[in-house]
Amino acid sequence: MITSEKKINMSQLKNFTKGFIRENPVFALFLGLCPTLGVTTSAINGIGMGMATTFVLVMSNLVVSVVKNFIPDKVRIPAFIVIIASFVTIVQLIMQAYVPSLFEALGLFIPLIVVNCVVLGRAEAFASKNNPGSSVIDGLGMGLGFTFALGLLGSVREILGSGSIFNIKFIEGDGLLIFILSPGAFLALGYLIVIINKLSKKGS
Amino acid sequence: MEYIIIIISAIFVNNIVLSKFLGICPFIGVSGKVETSLGMAGAVLFVMTIATMVTYLIQVYILDALGISFMQTITFILVIAALVQLVEIILKKVSPSLYAALGIFLPLITTNCAVLGVAIMSVQQDMNLMESVVFAIANSIGFGLALVLFAGIREQLELTDIPVPFRGVPIAFVVAGLLAMAFMGFAGIV
Repeated sequence: MITSEKKINMSQLKNFTKGFIRENPVFALFLGLCPTLGVTTSAINGIGMGMATTFVLVMSNLVVSVVKNFIPDKVRIPAFIVIIASFVTIVQLIMQAYVPSLFEALGLFIPLIVVNCVVLGRAEAFASKNNPGSSVIDGLGMGLGFTFALGLLGSVREILGSGSIFNIKFIEGDGLLIFILSPGAFLALGYLIVIINKLSKKGS
Repeated sequence: MEYIIIIISAIFVNNIVLSKFLGICPFIGVSGKVETSLGMAGAVLFVMTIATMVTYLIQVYILDALGISFMQTITFILVIAALVQLVEIILKKVSPSLYAALGIFLPLITTNCAVLGVAIMSVQQDMNLMESVVFAIANSIGFGLALVLFAGIREQLELTDIPVPFRGVPIAFVVAGLLAMAFMGFAGIV
């Protein structure tokens, strides 16, 4: 009895942590790349976007797993999209009301959470096959993995590009401006993936 | 004149992929071969133009008229999803080989942020119907241009000796970064 309970806890933990490195949506699965590249000009923007996506991911996973048996198989994708879009609208309105500066900075990418492959991907691949409890944990794990990736990329770009971290400047003048501009996003993410590949090879 | 500015700005200066970061998934995923990229670009051109036109009309005559513009995200994505289904059905009949080549990426146009992004941008920038359509066509040409250029480079990359950790996606990002840098050269012409 105890061992089986332990097993469940272990598998839930695994379910939760897989999103961080092994199945990290950005670094390992290459999903959700548009917001990853678009908003990570600073660490705060990256984390803000990650949190907004996490909320949508958790809520849509929950609702999808609850209603999965009522949705006919043929219209399942459109139904998922409507569920996701509703939560994106909620996030949009909440952010506009309470964090207007972040809302301005993220701009177009907030409504675009609805087409983030990570969210639809988890709804289809996980929540539509599992119970609500593990779907929420899966959404939370994936969302935090996504937030972690965006925060990391945002920090790297902010440190290199403007010589600051979380808006606290530590050098005089400008940084390497190219990392704030669009080419820097591609380069920074490319090299980050290389470093992660290299490290994870060594580990295994 | 205004149209020329919209076109040049959307294709070169503010390229949708390389400077606005929309449509990265197909950009990295499909662009292995020039031929598939052209097919993808064609599909996006078709879907994006019609989607922008339809969503514009919905925005003006339904959402704005009824004062429910907060429904924008939900409405737009549903319209786009329906349009993609339509394109899929047509393409399956008209050109089965192209349909097979595009494979999974055709339904994925629904979740191609470029399509929804352009629809929302043209509403946000207060364009009229004609301007939105031109904007959509120009953006999809910009998308196609980036995709085809990138595919050409990647075909060459297959033949080169790349360090192991760089193989696959990382080198694609580095190349995309260099391509974006090249496109920065267009900044300031409009």
